[in-house]
Amino acid sequence: MTEAKKTPYYDKHIEAGAKIVDFAGFQMPIQYKSINSEHLRVRNSVGMFDLSHMGEFRVGGNDALDFLQKMTVNDVSTLEDNQIHYNCMCYPDGGIVDDLLVYHRGDHFLMVVNAACLEKDFEWLRQHLEGAVELENLSDQTGLLAIQGPNAENVLAKMTDYNLSEMGFYWSTEAEIAGEKVLFSRTGYTGEDGFEIYHKPEIAGKLWEAALEAGKEFEIEPIGLGARDSLRMEMKYMLYGNDIDKTTNPVEAGLSWIVKLDKGDFIGRDVIAKVKENKPDRRLVCFELQSKGIPRHGYKIFYEGEEVGHVTSGMYSPVLEKGIGLGYVPRKRSKSGREIEIEIRGKRVPAVIVKPPFYKNGSLKK
Amino acid sequence: MDFPKDLKYSKEHEWVKVDGDTATIGITDYAQGELGDVVFVELPDSGEEFKQMDAFGTIEAVKAVSELYTPVSGEIVEINEKLEDEAGLVNQDCYGDGWMIKMKLSNTSELDDLMDADKYKELVES
Repeated sequence: MTEAKKTPYYDKHIEAGAKIVDFAGFQMPIQYKSINSEHLRVRNSVGMFDLSHMGEFRVGGNDALDFLQKMTVNDVSTLEDNQIHYNCMCYPDGGIVDDLLVYHRGDHFLMVVNAACLEKDFEWLRQHLEGAVELENLSDQTGLLAIQGPNAENVLAKMTDYNLSEMGFYWSTEAEIAGEKVLFSRTGYTGEDGFEIYHKPEIAGKLWEAALEAGKEFEIEPIGLGARDSLRMEMKYMLYGNDIDKTTNPVEAGLSWIVKLDKGDFIGRDVIAKVKENKPDRRLVCFELQSKGIPRHGYKIFYEGEEVGHVTSGMYSPVLEKGIGLGYVPRKRSKSGREIEIEIRGKRVPAVIVKPPFYKNGSLKK
Repeated sequence: MDFPKDLKYSKEHEWVKVDGDTATIGITDYAQGELGDVVFVELPDSGEEFKQMDAFGTIEAVKAVSELYTPVSGEIVEINEKLEDEAGLVNQDCYGDGWMIKMKLSNTSELDDLMDADKYKELVES
């Protein structure tokens, strides 16, 4: 094992009293003070996240668009300059390689991928290179700071002259933040309004201090991976490795909305088209526990006494104040309102399937 | 981190306060810090008997679940009912309002297996 990498914000995490864990080969802050309070700070005001562990690939060249059309399920040709979309790559059998964002950056594209999949993704892309495509891994030279919460725009507005009010959700631009030229986008993984700033590692400390200063009046706090996980789960945003992986296809995961069968051929298309036509055998559902307890990854799901699936993500929702989870159940048992049971340490606890998202009052701008 | 001198400590990060043949038991400052936000605490009923190192309950924090082990043998004489609705007391005041159970000791010599504050401090700081 090589030693876990440090992000350019590592010293800031230590300074802020973070508890550090090894995540996807990086030494990342899991929490600073408390997952609960960090979660609520983002829901109620604003928080800042170091996401420098994420992977960034530059895809350029005359055939870049054709290449991405082949490699991903969403229709990249619909993206306008500066626009972004959510997307995923699949294997020929329809299993998911990774979920990701694609940024249209004018003369090239930027793919933002999960840290845990970074090397696998790059290798997968490299193996399928065809035509005039330049693929470059920018991950080591890219820092990423996210500012998320209903006050995110108020904070960032103090750090830039760029007119943020004109920036729509899932759009990006190059502009100066804290006097430094960066790429940033109105994107996030929290269900709240927010921004993600891609920058040279050298300016991490400067951006961190500037965000703390600008966010002071809104009680900004650094937020760890623990709250990042609970925030995304309340929105039913999927986590690769838990809710989706090479054994799950986009249709059963509820990602049909990003699968564009009419865009032409892409890897996995045949299988996914069949699943879509015949409907999947199982579906990823959201459920809430109806009594005390916290569902966790791997716990069994029962329906009328029969084991029907397992929990892929589960935790205590700081906003709903109850145990919530995601898991795959047979499609015929997947309607919201159905009562299921989760086995927690040998005891079956009643739960009910609910419509996503769990949290419905996010400040996210569409 | 706080290590009150008048308590005894187990390797599983529980503290024991002895008063005659009754022991009050909870988890240490170190343990609550490692667990993070405690959401639920499942405790046994009064009258139940446990041997040293039996699992007597579970503690659910946001990130993880862990078992609670009796540092000594005996019968449960009282549980902290407040934790039913206010599990966060374990984080806020682990040596006070966040106590968990009171046991009637069946074998006081087991107390010798426990550590004093200095020794426990050494354990968690090493």
